[in-house]
Amino acid sequence: MSFSLSRLRSILRKEAIQMRRDRVTFAMMLGIPLMLLILFGFAINTDPKRLSAALVSPAQDRYTRAIVTALELTGYYRFTYPNATASEAERLIARGEVYFVVTIPSDFGSRVERGDTPRILIEADATDPAVASGAISTLRTVAAQALLHERDAENQAAEAARGSLQVIVHRRYNPEGITQYNIVPGLLGVILQMTMVMMTSIALTREIERGTMENLLAMPTTPLEIMLGKILPFFGVGAVQVLVILFAAKVLFGVPFIGSFGLLLAGILIFVLAMVLIGYTISTFSRTQMQAMQLAFFFFLPSILLSGFMFPFGGMPRWAQLLGEVLPLTHFLRLVRAIMLKGAQAPDVARPILALVVIVLAYAVVALLRFRRTLD
Amino acid sequence: MSSLAIEVQGLVKRFGDRTAVDHVSMRVESGEIAGFLGPNGSGKTTTMRVICGLLTPDEGRGTVLGLDIRRDSERLKREIGYMTQRFSLYEDLTVEENLRFVAGLYGIHSITARVQEQLEALGLTERRNQLAGTLSGGWKQRLALSACVMHRPKVLLLDEPTAGVDPKARRAFWREIHRLSLEGMTVLVSTHYMDEAERCHRINYISLGKLIVSGTVEEVIARAALTTYLVKGGRIEEAENLLRAHPDVDQVAPFGATLHVVGRDAQKLNTAVMAVASATGSRAERSETSLEDAFIRFIGGTGDTQA
Repeated sequence: MSFSLSRLRSILRKEAIQMRRDRVTFAMMLGIPLMLLILFGFAINTDPKRLSAALVSPAQDRYTRAIVTALELTGYYRFTYPNATASEAERLIARGEVYFVVTIPSDFGSRVERGDTPRILIEADATDPAVASGAISTLRTVAAQALLHERDAENQAAEAARGSLQVIVHRRYNPEGITQYNIVPGLLGVILQMTMVMMTSIALTREIERGTMENLLAMPTTPLEIMLGKILPFFGVGAVQVLVILFAAKVLFGVPFIGSFGLLLAGILIFVLAMVLIGYTISTFSRTQMQAMQLAFFFFLPSILLSGFMFPFGGMPRWAQLLGEVLPLTHFLRLVRAIMLKGAQAPDVARPILALVVIVLAYAVVALLRFRRTLD
Repeated sequence: MSSLAIEVQGLVKRFGDRTAVDHVSMRVESGEIAGFLGPNGSGKTTTMRVICGLLTPDEGRGTVLGLDIRRDSERLKREIGYMTQRFSLYEDLTVEENLRFVAGLYGIHSITARVQEQLEALGLTERRNQLAGTLSGGWKQRLALSACVMHRPKVLLLDEPTAGVDPKARRAFWREIHRLSLEGMTVLVSTHYMDEAERCHRINYISLGKLIVSGTVEEVIARAALTTYLVKGGRIEEAENLLRAHPDVDQVAPFGATLHVVGRDAQKLNTAVMAVASATGSRAERSETSLEDAFIRFIGGTGDTQA
């Protein structure tokens, strides 16, 4: 039996009506992206600033003030307890009321003036390494600069530095290290993945669970028609979600978009196709909508953890990276970040695109093979 | 062209190590209403699914309207109307939307006209905009029937169409089936109800996946070769106990104040019933064996106690 456009149209019309009547699902399709955008976009910051700190400084002289000012100027420190005793400070950090205790000994000023090596102790609550790392990394240079400035010895220092090694660091594509620039384009992938995989897998399983599949199979339709009829409506949904997220990225989060919009759309299209096919494949393994949901979540977890969405891909061990390479989200994230933030051209993103195409083809074959033409 | 609409031979369908259909052979003549009876789980639904191409048989062969059920299943789908046991249209679509959807899949040309026609024929016009999920059992069944005859199939397979439907709706449903049959449609209908079985031209009885008997109602009853007595009056409870314990009595079933007593050996049954009747002061008289008596006898023969 050959493919028939009019049968496909009938299925599409039916799907559209069902989608419109299923308010909860419809709300989910718009609610999930909004919720994720707000949570990840506004709440998550991998480079935390203005962290509370306590200062232990018996002397409170001008050198102390210079150091404190310099630290506060980095944006990482906020001295909530500017005049603590050592024992108070110990209690504060133990209770978690401050992340840092900065101790400037009483002989600090005299050591600076004598030309001895002055010492500062900074204790950081490193239970969460991410919290401490940014703040600590700025310390050495900041403190040294502050002292030089105070001693009015900048020129001498510059003199001394001449001829020694100079390291120049450029933080490219995101010089201010704004987390949203990384997270929001990533959310595009995560949101599309969640809704596409879940909705597609549920839509088909629902036919099986409600017994309507038996009727559908008894009528003259081909697997391709049923599959397309199920999949195409979600392309429409995906398109709406893409618009919402890109709009939010631009207006709410001010994420730069320096690459080609057309290239991004092409990438999104391939990615959505992969997602829908995975959802479809899941549905062929599930008897109930519940099972489909569980399988979908089983797929989401590694996708979110191993794709480089939440944690740096390069920081994972080899085996985890290999797992990550299998996930479509990994490649899509590289693609979308490269296009939006780096202005990558087609040749630059050929690898992730190729990877996505391979995944699509693989799942298309699986989905067609797994389709139940009969009930056995 | 043979006058057989459905002919299957030696059908076997296994699910794992369970044999759901065990060498079933069956013939249904064109234009006849064939009843398909048997206890739950006896393989009726599976057999029907095999016939309409939803399941592939493990063994055996079959043709419907001369088309092979294995090779021509795609073409057969256009010629067969299959009404599933469970309501399998979309509950979140209205009556009319469901019909339009089905009409679209069958490639019917003037969809609007045909849907209108179906709505009128089955009295669904007033409910055309009602969601199918909110229909009562009888209306759902009517809608389902309407959907599966919309493409004017030559063969109609109905899987327990009247389960859970009230008597009035059942009667109306059967009137509709007879009308379709008169138009030349061949109908294979599975049922649990004896009165429905008696409305069929021929019946096929299946138990534990095996076809036990097939023929007209009279033939099936005759095949069972049973003798039946009605016993009433007197000390009826005592009579029931005595008859149940009697080796020459096969079945004792109370119907109100009357006992329905069935046995295989007419001579011995006669002696037994008369003896018990005189001992308990009851009256006994010969009666006609019913289809139900016959089926219980057949199930007994296969060791199936599920009925």
